[in-house]
Amino acid sequence: MGVTGTTNDWATTTLETAVNWARANSLWPMPFGTACCGIEMMAAFMAKYDTARFGSEVMKFSPRQSDLLIVSGRISLKMMPVLQRIWEQMPEPKWCISMGACASSGGVFDTYTLIQGVDQFIPVDAYMPGCPPRPEAFLDALMMVQEKAKKGQAKSQEYVSADASSDPAKSVAYRTPDTHYRHGMDRSTPSREKSGG
Amino acid sequence: MITYKPENHLSLLAKVEAFAGDRLLGREEKSHYHQFKVRGQDAKSLIQFLRDEPGLGFEMFIDLTAVDYLRYPIAQPERFAVITTLLSPTLGIRVQVKAFVAEGDPRLPSLSDLYLGANWTEREVWDLYGIEFMGHPDLKRILMPDDYEGHPLRKDYPLRGRGERGNFPVYHATTQKPQGGV
Ligand code: SF4
Repeated sequence: MGVTGTTNDWATTTLETAVNWARANSLWPMPFGTACCGIEMMAAFMAKYDTARFGSEVMKFSPRQSDLLIVSGRISLKMMPVLQRIWEQMPEPKWCISMGACASSGGVFDTYTLIQGVDQFIPVDAYMPGCPPRPEAFLDALMMVQEKAKKGQAKSQEYVSADASSDPAKSVAYRTPDTHYRHGMDRSTPSREKSGG
Repeated sequence: MITYKPENHLSLLAKVEAFAGDRLLGREEKSHYHQFKVRGQDAKSLIQFLRDEPGLGFEMFIDLTAVDYLRYPIAQPERFAVITTLLSPTLGIRVQVKAFVAEGDPRLPSLSDLYLGANWTEREVWDLYGIEFMGHPDLKRILMPDDYEGHPLRKDYPLRGRGERGNFPVYHATTQKPQGGV
């Protein structure tokens, strides 16, 4: 906390710093556990590891009331539009943790149906290696997000500054996941597959 | 509890052989079930016989799946085989009916009027192998997205797909105005 002066009974700071401090210490997670990593995520929330110590014990399965998306598990072709829609529903500012090898890179499942890293399609703030990562790694990622939140940073905010209209290379056709879901994949846009895919 | 009775097996084999005759391409005895191999067009009548013949009573539908024998080292009558597994609570025996389906005309009569359970498994086989079940009430994809093209469990489908998994709109922050697109 950017405290600029203290005595026994008063402190001064900027409003922004105080708000960021409050946000960092009351992250409301939206768990998106689709596979085995979800079990480790649950362990991290339970009494032994206890994320309540970091002020983020309020698991919200309602994206509109949460600001930290935890993608823990495999995301398939059919699940990606759902994940994107959930991410869109979350209010700004928001953060995302990609938990485990599968969410971060597809893991061992290099097949037609699995998304090879959710960071290709939604902004990710912290990655966790491991298959599955231990709850300690989860706490580490949570603290990383807290550090970012204290500085007022979020990966999702970086997209705002990139002006797509001035740089067509950065511009990607924007469709809401809902439209995407109804009309299906647009095969005319170039594939964003990593090389070798 | 189902107990093993050798005479049940013998009567089953005798009845099936009398019914199918030379339509039976082959028969195998596995550790705990019998497998009858037939051509696609003969499969449904054999399954109906197994279900309705008095004394057989294969009333329980266990599973329906398929195999693609493309590049299989041992020669097979056709490229695809659709395998139906049934159980007879009366005899205490499981059977499999293996129906060979040609690559050029992958069609088979649907079993969904005999067994309700065949409805979803046939949709799965259609989705992943592209074998069409004639007479199915609602033959559409069940696992892959509705707009998916191709049947990914066929052996000639590329393992990593045809770029579908990399083809989604990238998320932009909601504070940004939508750019282009729909
Ligand atoms: S990274 Fe490992 S533990 Fe996590 S979802 Fe993938 S396979 Fe399961």
